[in-house]
Amino acid sequence: MDAVLEQWSQVVRSATEGRRPLRIRGSGSKDFYGNATAGELLDTRGHAGIVDYESSELVVTARAGTPLAELESALAQKGQMLAFEPPHFGASATVGGMLAAGLSGPRRQSAGPLRDFVLGMQLMDGRGDILNFGGRVMKNVAGYDVSRLLAGSLGTLGLILEASLKTLPLPVMEATLRFELPEDRAVETLNRWGGQPLPVSASAWHGDELHVRLSGAAAAVTAALGRLGGEQLSADRARPFWSGLREQRHPFFQNSMPLWRLAVPSTAPPRVFEVLPGSRLLEWGGGLRWIATHADARVVRDVAAKAGGHATLFRAADKSCGSFHPLPPEMMMLHRRLKATFDPQGIFNPGRLYPDL
Amino acid sequence: MNVFAGRIDFIRQAQVAARLGAVLPRAAVLHRSEDTRPYECDGLSAYRQLPMVVALPADEAQVQAVLRICHELQVPVVARGAGTGLSGGALPMGDGVLLSLAKMKKILAVDPVARIARVQPGVRNAAISEAAAPYGLYYAPDPSSQIACTIGGNVAENSGGVHCVKYGLTVHNVMRVRGLTAAGDLVEFGSEAPDAPGYDLLALAIGSEGMLAVTTEVSVRLIPKPETACCIMASFDDVEKAGNAVADVIGAGIIPAGLEMMDRPATHAVEQFVHAGYDLEAAALLLCESDGTPEEVREEVARMSEVLRASGATGIRVSQNETERLKFWAGRKAAFPAVGRISPDYYCMDGTIPRRRLGEILHFIAAMEIKYGLRCPNVFHAGDGNLHPLILFDANKPDELARTEAFAGEVLEKCVEVGGTITGEHGVGIEKINQMCTQFAPAELALFRGVKTAFDPEGLLNPGKNIPTLHRCAEYGRMHLKGGTAAAQQPHAGLPRF
Ligand SMILES: Cc1cc2nc3c(=O)[nH]c(=O)nc-3n(C[C@H](O)[C@H](O)[C@H](O)COP(=O)(O)OP(=O)(O)OC[C@H]3O[C@@H](n4cnc5c(N)ncnc54)[C@H](O)[C@@H]3O)c2cc1C
Repeated sequence: MDAVLEQWSQVVRSATEGRRPLRIRGSGSKDFYGNATAGELLDTRGHAGIVDYESSELVVTARAGTPLAELESALAQKGQMLAFEPPHFGASATVGGMLAAGLSGPRRQSAGPLRDFVLGMQLMDGRGDILNFGGRVMKNVAGYDVSRLLAGSLGTLGLILEASLKTLPLPVMEATLRFELPEDRAVETLNRWGGQPLPVSASAWHGDELHVRLSGAAAAVTAALGRLGGEQLSADRARPFWSGLREQRHPFFQNSMPLWRLAVPSTAPPRVFEVLPGSRLLEWGGGLRWIATHADARVVRDVAAKAGGHATLFRAADKSCGSFHPLPPEMMMLHRRLKATFDPQGIFNPGRLYPDL
Repeated sequence: MNVFAGRIDFIRQAQVAARLGAVLPRAAVLHRSEDTRPYECDGLSAYRQLPMVVALPADEAQVQAVLRICHELQVPVVARGAGTGLSGGALPMGDGVLLSLAKMKKILAVDPVARIARVQPGVRNAAISEAAAPYGLYYAPDPSSQIACTIGGNVAENSGGVHCVKYGLTVHNVMRVRGLTAAGDLVEFGSEAPDAPGYDLLALAIGSEGMLAVTTEVSVRLIPKPETACCIMASFDDVEKAGNAVADVIGAGIIPAGLEMMDRPATHAVEQFVHAGYDLEAAALLLCESDGTPEEVREEVARMSEVLRASGATGIRVSQNETERLKFWAGRKAAFPAVGRISPDYYCMDGTIPRRRLGEILHFIAAMEIKYGLRCPNVFHAGDGNLHPLILFDANKPDELARTEAFAGEVLEKCVEVGGTITGEHGVGIEKINQMCTQFAPAELALFRGVKTAFDPEGLLNPGKNIPTLHRCAEYGRMHLKGGTAAAQQPHAGLPRF
């Protein structure tokens, strides 16, 4: 076994024996996300590097401590990308943090979320054992899909050591269009376009401005540009717009109010969110509504649930209401039992996801 | 044939049937062998077992009532959709209830604006696309069995199809699964929003082979039908060249809508059956599809043709219209039944390997054909590296099944050795349970059992499938083999594989 892994295995075993919590952390770029957790620091950056990258296989395998920027630049050199366009939220964000947070960026609208691109993972469980699930192939149904379960688990199930991810070719052409229209028309328009074979890869509405990105074969993008109208942004304006959105540098996010992330069915009409005073930004064809509001957490969650979705308190000074939407009791029971299977003494990031996990 | 000698306890049978008869209509509880016979096997007919009782609920409340009774009486339950599974996942138990979801076949809602269909578990895969067609939408995963198999079965197996290379598997196209645990508790995984709070239990439920919960409702994503599609049929005079061409297409940055391969024995079997117009001289054929706007398709077909030629294609035919395109695919989709016509029996494998090892595996399979004296046509979801070698045999000839089993076992272990897996889409079921001991280490298997226990502490849902016990692995005598570092230590002959 690798010396670092050997050492981590000892740390984990002794933490389990002594029931002492560990706080798993890469660069800390996503410290703000989820609930606070305490415990001895386990810095994943000691286990870094791209293990294998075969571009013709569309698979890259990287260790958890690998800087995300390093991974993305290796892919870009071969004309490929992580199609879920993960937010970094910091210059030194790591691959492990990206996987544990499970967040996706603007291209999620067409490409699918991070977990769709997870092919396999290696993890260390609460016993200090190294386990492998999934693999480096596109299709694999042997056993339960544990590696996708780990995506977005915020380090509460195990220490992610390494992952194999599906990559995709960079689009041949991209173009961004800007339209002026109110929110309800934006929702209606995006859903209508979603039902047509158009190469829409991202969308964002805020302050009566709708931005839409088209990506794909040159012929498809050109044809769509002709059909959709609107004002085309130059590439040097479009690129920072989408990266600014992904990294939350867009002016909407420069707000001191608590920031809520509501995932809802794409057709949810804007009026149902109007009881929440504040401002809104919409992404993913209507499936994601960012709301900066001082409204009471219970009200926000109620609004989200009634719309058929859930609400996450994404950024806030006070997260005492809990970052994540409460689960029904049967579902919470499943979560607790799964946690106990992976991490019998509850040493990994306790409380980061839910208070009793 | 593996007829399981699970003898039925008639007193227990009468008790269970009576209890279920109190919550289901009379005709929905079967126990006489002439009534339960149709349920004795799934698509893997080498395994058969009569169930103690068959229950045919018509709605979620009835499923819940059945599960509550079985939980109370501690009777194992095996869910069943259409029974087209190829790994014995729906094989009944002689002391268990076979829970058929076939009556629950309502399409509950099609929302063309949100592009979501909400359906009951017994709805056939193809019926979803048919219901969505008036809106220009469809459900993308298209297993060859799509006119028969159910969405409940697809969720349980994470089924794929010939277009998955671009559009993904079941796990990429299902948004929400509603179901009942063995105890009869209602659970919901995923949602009709982009994600759901907490752990991704939807990912865990998909491909779980009916062992974690019984699916009672599914929401699937519908996508717009591409304006047009076009299929290239490329001929190769050597299977290895065809295998390399697959990697070359993907390596050139093209994600085809479908990328399938058939070798000569497969095309010959198919051609007699469907007259698809296949090149019978070629050692291997690739079917390479492009879809999108007419301009996009023209551009992509030109690029793909160029790559295929550079990779050594000896002939290229491009479908000139929709009829011809469907004819190209009809051959591929009928590959299993076609092979069924040229041989008394066939056995379908399902390993997945890294694409660049295709040529190597094909040579390995050819060597195994000689070693075991059995023919083995090959059809592949080549774009995903998913192999379906079909071993031809005659179960009535002594030792042909045993040789088939040994042949299949060697191929699956080779798949693991080159960095692949024993099953890409058909599932482990009962069939590949021994090979699970090759692919996973004891600690990994223990974790799988922990996951199972989290959902079903008493082990009542589909017990004995998918995840082997350590005891079983010890008996099987196979060493865990990872990335080719350790070798299988035991000789292959004489070991049970089915
Ligand atoms: C000719 C032929 C071609 C095929 N082609 C393909 C292909 O291209 N791609 C592919 O992936 N597969 C293919 N298959 C395999 C098979 O069709 C799929 O696995 C399919 O998803 C099984 O669906 P089913 O409804 O028949 O399920 P069944 O065979 O009835 O059951 C399969 C498994 O699902 C479980 N199950 C079924 N319904 C439920 C439910 N409601 N809740 C919980 N568990 C449930 C069962 O317990 C069992 O473990 C093919 C099979 C045949 C015979």
